[in-house]
Amino acid sequence: MSETIDLKLHVWRQSGPKDKGAFADYSKHAKGISTHASFLEMLDVVNERLVAEGEAPIAFDHDCREGICGMCGAVINGVPHGHRKQTTTCQLHMREFQNNAEVYVEPFRAGSFPIIQDLVVDRSSFDTIIQAGGYVSVRTGSAPDANEIPIPKQISDRAMDAAQCIGCGACVAACPNASASLFLSAKLAHLNLLPQGQPERYRRTRQMVLAHDQAGFGGCTNHRECEAACPKGISTDFIARMNRDVLVASLTDKDGELI
Amino acid sequence: MELESHCPTGDIEKRWENHRFDLKLVNPANKRKFDVIVVGTGLAGASAAATLAELGYNVKAFCYQDSPRRAHSIAAQGGINAAKNYQNDGDSVYRLFYDTVKGGDFRSRESNVYRLAQVSVSIIDQAVSQGVPFAREYGGLLDNRSFGGAQVSRTFYARGQTGQQLLLGAYSALAKMIAAGKVAMYNRHEMLDLIVEDERARGIVTRDLVSGKIEAFTADAVCLCTGGYGNVFYLSTNAKGCNVTGSWRAHKRGAAFANPCYTQIHPTCIPPAGEYQSKLTLMSESLRNDGRVWVPKDPANAAKDPRSLSEKDRDYYLERIYPAFGNLVPRDIASRAAKRMCDDGLGVGPVVGDKRRGVYLDFADAIKREGKARIEEKYGNLFEMYQRITGDDPYETPMRIYPASHYTMGGLWVDYDLMSTIPGMFVLGEANFSDHGANRLGASALMQGLADGYFVISYTLGNYLAKKGKNDVGADSKLAKKAVKEVEKKIADLIEIGQKGSTHPDEFHRRLGTLMYDKCGMGRNAEGLKEALEEIPKLREEFWSDVQIVGSGTELNSLLEKAGRIADFIELAELMCHDALDRDESCGAHFREEHVREDGEAKRDDENFAYVAAWEHTGDHGAPKLHKEPLEFEYVKLSQRSYK
Repeated sequence: MSETIDLKLHVWRQSGPKDKGAFADYSKHAKGISTHASFLEMLDVVNERLVAEGEAPIAFDHDCREGICGMCGAVINGVPHGHRKQTTTCQLHMREFQNNAEVYVEPFRAGSFPIIQDLVVDRSSFDTIIQAGGYVSVRTGSAPDANEIPIPKQISDRAMDAAQCIGCGACVAACPNASASLFLSAKLAHLNLLPQGQPERYRRTRQMVLAHDQAGFGGCTNHRECEAACPKGISTDFIARMNRDVLVASLTDKDGELI
Repeated sequence: MELESHCPTGDIEKRWENHRFDLKLVNPANKRKFDVIVVGTGLAGASAAATLAELGYNVKAFCYQDSPRRAHSIAAQGGINAAKNYQNDGDSVYRLFYDTVKGGDFRSRESNVYRLAQVSVSIIDQAVSQGVPFAREYGGLLDNRSFGGAQVSRTFYARGQTGQQLLLGAYSALAKMIAAGKVAMYNRHEMLDLIVEDERARGIVTRDLVSGKIEAFTADAVCLCTGGYGNVFYLSTNAKGCNVTGSWRAHKRGAAFANPCYTQIHPTCIPPAGEYQSKLTLMSESLRNDGRVWVPKDPANAAKDPRSLSEKDRDYYLERIYPAFGNLVPRDIASRAAKRMCDDGLGVGPVVGDKRRGVYLDFADAIKREGKARIEEKYGNLFEMYQRITGDDPYETPMRIYPASHYTMGGLWVDYDLMSTIPGMFVLGEANFSDHGANRLGASALMQGLADGYFVISYTLGNYLAKKGKNDVGADSKLAKKAVKEVEKKIADLIEIGQKGSTHPDEFHRRLGTLMYDKCGMGRNAEGLKEALEEIPKLREEFWSDVQIVGSGTELNSLLEKAGRIADFIELAELMCHDALDRDESCGAHFREEHVREDGEAKRDDENFAYVAAWEHTGDHGAPKLHKEPLEFEYVKLSQRSYK
């Protein structure tokens, strides 16, 4: 494997939400890229070269660069976060690309994720969904001893499987319906599985699903593109679990009693 | 400037309880009349904003990220300490207190640390109630692991994503209060100044990172929860956006900066691979529970396949030098030992600069002992991350690790109530200096951030507001407008320079980082620090005449953001070197090469340096002024740390 590669790089440039946007060819800026660099470090190098020419750098969101904050994300050759499974854009390394590879980079596209600039999108609709019920209503200071409620390990582990969602939005970008069902169902499963989440289980389900729909996300029609794109490998089983909770919620009144 | 710590006296077990009783209260009906600003939404900020809003205060919270859930606390992997003694292995509040003071090399306040150990217990209860899925045993009860610097198992964890789960817990509490209308959340906003008048913090000035709008927000109190300054080293384990700007601008408005030279270099990071390297990735210290650190005994074996080297060719140097703690010695000791090995030519991995910078962390024995499945369960995501970054499989071949800047114990000076030297401005979490002394133990950062946010500020803020009442300066006052104008001018000046400049902001940052690692990193000496104090002002001058910024201030502009933050890092770096030079002793992470014990460890000088160094800003070109807060130890006996 050679230590450096050249890319035929095309990046989506869009100055603001109202601009139409287009791909720009940065192949001449993407030469001699180290194969040990991460994808974002490749963009850093391209940006430094652009700035040296007096051009505005490509805007992209990023922060921790270790795959946990969920801030980065781009569609790389048609796949959110690129083709390597269970890997965020920041953790994708250039050793995954061939020399002279054609690479297209564009933002996560969905009506509920308006583009701010270039690859930067507004994902605040995710916060809105959480605000609708993605919490256990416990005030600081009122908690019982942590070991008072034993939780079977397999339940706790399952909740953790769901809880590790990083909220990046790749599931939405991958879905033909621009549905956020994977994100939504993971958040619901995390809390709805645990004893602490039971008192508000159906109320939470109703409210968060409503917030999801009101934010303009589409419905799930089982394409399962989301699971394939999810950098944390979150399973669509959680969507099935959510649908069961939605069904029960539809059969219960506000107090959780069966109608 | 007066440093009054307001630490309670008397029986240490009763200090916090008695102090809480002495604090004034704001009655529930009056709480809703008070506004509080919280800057930063990591563990400290999110927990503080949620808790204060639950109490009834009106909170305005700010973060530079696109969502409060992304603050860098999220990246903490290993765990959170608490003196629950669920393992029945001899832990207690007193032991956690003792370990923390000792681990900090006797440079922290006993009263603060004892309180931290006391409230640690409630943090776990709170987190579990929120639905934080900590690891459990088959019986359904919480599991614990041991961590560096401790001989008991008191660390709670959620796979390798403890920070993420705790932050999502705090974020969910924050989301609940946003929905309740008690918190106004400002995402993609950066604090650029603190508004102060008549010795009281009145508000902040922010820049909307999308529109570029500069705006003043006023409140009755301001809480800075803006994290640490590890990015002064450029290559660090911090997120790219982590910066010192909030703290630094407050420092320039009168907040003393304490112990800036106490910076922690974490022993278990993935070594750098090349020039383009933008950050370093931490592998949780918990790996040291099961991994064995070694280097080849013979430098000639450095490039060989480590699996081909027999036991007799390996030097398990931590186990050899520190038999009692072995691979679990505190971070500073492990970092320096790794650096010594590499400096002596025993390092492994690719040659970076002039030597191989890496040591092995080997899991072969643990896999043999416990089975691959158990190791995968404990560290699976860390192993995956390592493989993704380096291309090597740690189940098959040892990891390579090297120390990197990770955490800063120094920060804005605060009293026992977490209030800075500017009345009305409180500082929480990593941004303050208070609990970790000269070195932080593993799994204590999450504990401190949440202790400050959930269980300390909720009491102490009320006391201040009850005494001082409302702030009468509003966002449309002359004072606030003047503050906005000043920030606007500063940005306009920077852009004007930037349009003619020719050097990318990152280039200045890289140069600063190299200089700081070299002169004010794992080892420091007077000569090097003096050289740094000559070089930094030159770098600063060059920055202010040649930094390049493309674009304007009225749009999303990453170059402008970077330039503003780097300008502050350069100034901070100078203060760090002053502090490191002034502290003519070794303690914890501050290792002055002139002060070494015979066994190679840090040699403290308690007679002359058992104090907190709090620095006052005296103008842009004035020398910083040192104030000393003496440290007294009534409970923990001052001794030379020994982990042998």
